[in-house]
Amino acid sequence: MSRFRLPKGGRIDRARPISFRFDGKSYGGFVGDTLASALIANGVHLVGRSFKYHRPRGIMTAGADEMNALVGVGADQTRYTPNMRATLVELYHGLVAESQNRWPSLGFDVGAVNDFLSPFFPAGFYYKTFMWPKPAWKQLYEPVIRAAAGLGKAPTASDADRYMQCYAHCDVLVVGAGPAGLAAALAAAETGARVILCDEQREFGGSLLASDTDTAIDGLSAIEWVAKAVEALARHENVTLLTRTTAFGYYPHNFLGLIERVTDHVAQPDPALPRERLWQVRAKEVVLATGALERPLVFPENDRPGVMLADAARTYAARYAARPGTRAVIATAHDEAYRAALTLKQAGVQIAAIADMRPQAEGEWPAAARAAGIEVMTGTAITGTRGRMRVSGATLARIKGDGTAEKGEQFACDLVLMSGGFTPSVHLFSQSKGKLIYDEGLKAFVPGASPERNRSAGACAGETGLHATLESGYAAGEGAVRAAGFGGGLSGRSLTVTEKISAGGGFAGAVPHGRNPSFVKAFVDFQNDSTSKDIKLATREGFLSVEHVKRYTTTGMATDQGKTSNMNMLGILSDTLGKPIPEIGITTFRPPYTPVTFGAFAGMSRGELFDPARRTAIHDWAAEQGAAFEDVSLWKRAHYFPQAGEDMHAAVNRECKAVRESVGVFDASTLGKIEVVGPDAAEFMNRMYINAWTKLEPGRCRYGVMCREDGFVMDDGVVGRIAADRFHVTTTTGGAPAVLNMMEDYLQTEWPDLNVWLTSTTEQWAVIAVQGPNARKVLEPLVGDIDLSAAAMPHMSVREGHICGVQTRLFRVSFTGELGFEVNVPADYGRAVWEAIWASARRFDAVAYGTETMHVLRAEKGFIIVGQETDGTATPDDVGLTWAIGKLKKDFVGKRSLARAQMSNPQRKQLVGLLSLDNRSVLEEGAQIVANPNEPVPMAMIGHVTSSYWSSVLGHPIALAMVKGGRVRLGDTLHVPMPGKTLQVKVVEPVFFDKEGARLND
Amino acid sequence: MLLIACPYCGERPETEFRYAGEAHIARPHDPSALNDDEWVDFLYQRANPKGLHVERWRHIHGCARFFNAVRDTVSDRIFKTYEAGEPRPDVNAVAADVLAKESER
Ligand SMILES: [Zn+2]
Repeated sequence: MSRFRLPKGGRIDRARPISFRFDGKSYGGFVGDTLASALIANGVHLVGRSFKYHRPRGIMTAGADEMNALVGVGADQTRYTPNMRATLVELYHGLVAESQNRWPSLGFDVGAVNDFLSPFFPAGFYYKTFMWPKPAWKQLYEPVIRAAAGLGKAPTASDADRYMQCYAHCDVLVVGAGPAGLAAALAAAETGARVILCDEQREFGGSLLASDTDTAIDGLSAIEWVAKAVEALARHENVTLLTRTTAFGYYPHNFLGLIERVTDHVAQPDPALPRERLWQVRAKEVVLATGALERPLVFPENDRPGVMLADAARTYAARYAARPGTRAVIATAHDEAYRAALTLKQAGVQIAAIADMRPQAEGEWPAAARAAGIEVMTGTAITGTRGRMRVSGATLARIKGDGTAEKGEQFACDLVLMSGGFTPSVHLFSQSKGKLIYDEGLKAFVPGASPERNRSAGACAGETGLHATLESGYAAGEGAVRAAGFGGGLSGRSLTVTEKISAGGGFAGAVPHGRNPSFVKAFVDFQNDSTSKDIKLATREGFLSVEHVKRYTTTGMATDQGKTSNMNMLGILSDTLGKPIPEIGITTFRPPYTPVTFGAFAGMSRGELFDPARRTAIHDWAAEQGAAFEDVSLWKRAHYFPQAGEDMHAAVNRECKAVRESVGVFDASTLGKIEVVGPDAAEFMNRMYINAWTKLEPGRCRYGVMCREDGFVMDDGVVGRIAADRFHVTTTTGGAPAVLNMMEDYLQTEWPDLNVWLTSTTEQWAVIAVQGPNARKVLEPLVGDIDLSAAAMPHMSVREGHICGVQTRLFRVSFTGELGFEVNVPADYGRAVWEAIWASARRFDAVAYGTETMHVLRAEKGFIIVGQETDGTATPDDVGLTWAIGKLKKDFVGKRSLARAQMSNPQRKQLVGLLSLDNRSVLEEGAQIVANPNEPVPMAMIGHVTSSYWSSVLGHPIALAMVKGGRVRLGDTLHVPMPGKTLQVKVVEPVFFDKEGARLND
Repeated sequence: MLLIACPYCGERPETEFRYAGEAHIARPHDPSALNDDEWVDFLYQRANPKGLHVERWRHIHGCARFFNAVRDTVSDRIFKTYEAGEPRPDVNAVAADVLAKESER
């Protein structure tokens, strides 16, 4: 066994050895190890290169706050995850991990030259350096910077794992299962309340898992107490225990996101299990027991491999039986480092010295350290380290009366431990919009009041010492469960704790070093490589707000979100600006607490399940005919029906000609349909639409246009009056939900006195459009009880009757300019009726046509499509629909807005037609139109192309456009600048075919 | 995700609802009687307060009814929901009342 693995102790299972690979080399570990603890037990500290300067970096923490040891895990690309914290990656047999941000290897990294070039990488260097010339940003700077400065690489293959999501409700959610969380859960569970307890670690216990051997709770060792507590909780049916589960987000109304890692720790996962499970929990009450994170000290060269947080080193020894080094120098401003010194000494680590920045250290822990023969130097700072791939020495110097440091003394070591005190983990509390209060003693922020129903307990609430932590946990659990409406059942309990009292302490800011600041780097944010110098520079350059300094220096903006850097940044700002920390404020905490995989958020919404698909009753028929489909909102619509060897243009040219020459059949089922019924239906329609409806007789149709209250066109469609009190309203395919919502809004909230009912019937009716000179002949043999003759059933009429024996609402309408019908039948009969119509139509060389042909045919007639010709800023008049407005109506939605002077400004963009002067160029939809192409750039743009097609019927291209003052430009030549050329177009009326409309009325 | 108490259905998650803007902005009975400035006020001017806001929601994936809510835009706390058509409540009194009852407990 490695000399860095302790012979006994720890929470590892020595009966289950496992082997794993890191950067191609094989190592051994045990079940219960993390990747980090196993590497340390193998004497490996160097695990990564830093983000900007490519400096060698080692494992610095033992938890979620790890900033250096980010690794890629996964043997192949389908299961590769970059940027995993080695401190949280559980070891399993066959695990494959690699270091990141180094090339060609971790030991020799070309990018390390950045470290020597660092004078060229000051704070904000991205903003300062790479400004000009502009194209170089895209082609040169960005690719190079991205390649050189970065974290892991995203996997190249699609994720082979599955992710599940679930909802849960509970009375009390306890986040964190250290001493405070366990106590809170015990107190809450006793009442019978539904309790969820979650913790990010593989086992519950938190700090107790690394407890001192002489700590005792109610006469039990810490580990025994944890086991008893977990056993008690597990006995309650109403308690859900979630290990390996991180609460990452706190959202309004006590809604929390939890991510459970289900199989990441298993070598051969059960294929029935998802990799991760996203829990969305609604809790009546929340107890936050999220602990605290140790703060690094900001001193020169504080980033070498072998420099660790003191409590992390203690955790490796006590919990993982891993010895982090052989000879340690400890720099601290807090009593806990003495505890670490004693644990490590017991583990066989020689303690060279403890340098305590505080002038005095007289508590129980320093006394115990001195009694153990450890040299304690108070009023002493660490001012630098030596070593390349591993720290080899540290400089300790006395702090003078003026706060600066003397010249120091060298101490040889292979381990430097630091402790600037503890920062309560208030991330979730802050996400709950809770107010943070600065605690001068802790040099940290603690929870104040929250608008959400939560309470904090233990170290995250600023408690220190095990007894106080347990007491606050019990109190929070009791308080929470009472607030959730549970009384009684809370049994009396005794609590005796044997522990040494910590006198606390803490430091935030830059440690004085007395060295030439130009030549030292003291890191504040290790992950983003920002130093105390960067922060000071930012203030000199005028960045005074903490939010600005954060963004300019990128401090706290890495994936660890400043867990270890925020307080030190504030400390440095406080010193530099001469303002106390509370006046500087704190940056906002945002979810997630730790990174969450995209897979967990996507869940089952992948591939087929990404979005619901709506299919018409005729969809399968079209698919069988080989139709190409397009997505229109959630609908799958037949786009065109290619025959052998045809591309879209060939198919559309053929379909268009066939409709104009004979007949075509089209699936219009996706049209939105709303049944408007009731004694006040006509009055309601009068108010909602710009048109007049009172005089529309039953059996007749009208093209309806709807505006929003601001006067702009919102939707359109043919409306048939079925009876005096019943309208069959059609809307655009995409607009149906919004139209119904607006109708309901007015009906429910503005005109509740109107007796009208609205029902969406979009999916009830299948709609088959039969269009072309032979349309009547196609339908006549199938319809018995409706007279389809021009005399009996003129254009824009609707009849109820039967087709093929099926009840129908048969409209005579046309969106093609041809004689046309739209056959509405109950959707269940849609395919049968379609097939009957198709069989009849084939006698006339009919085509089935898709949406593309529909678009071309309607454009030839100048019929607009809402959302294509209109963009939410077009009035009815802009698109040539003034004729539709019911002039005598006193009011309708949008009328008052249309009366504003600007709405009739003759310079508004108006609908026109465009013809390419070369007679063959099909314009780009969206292309801009200018009057004078010789104007210097930027030219005045006077309009844009909205629709553009090749018309096979006319033999030349056609286009619709919105052009400023377009209607007085008829006959003018305008210009459409395109890459490499400028096209000339002539402005014409927006109707290209059958201007008189004779064919419609055939 | 907010938890919203529909006056007709009870508490439901926000995903069942659709926001519908500030409440108690009645459409004028005779819009043509308003001058342009008055009409623009009606169309576009909203209180947008930092604090208590009276707003409309629609339980679109439920009973489909529109209703009103008093929500604190800072804390997202909803102090009251009530049917459309009921008069605008004194929002400060509503919030104070809820908070007082809570501190009693
Ligand atoms: Zn409802």
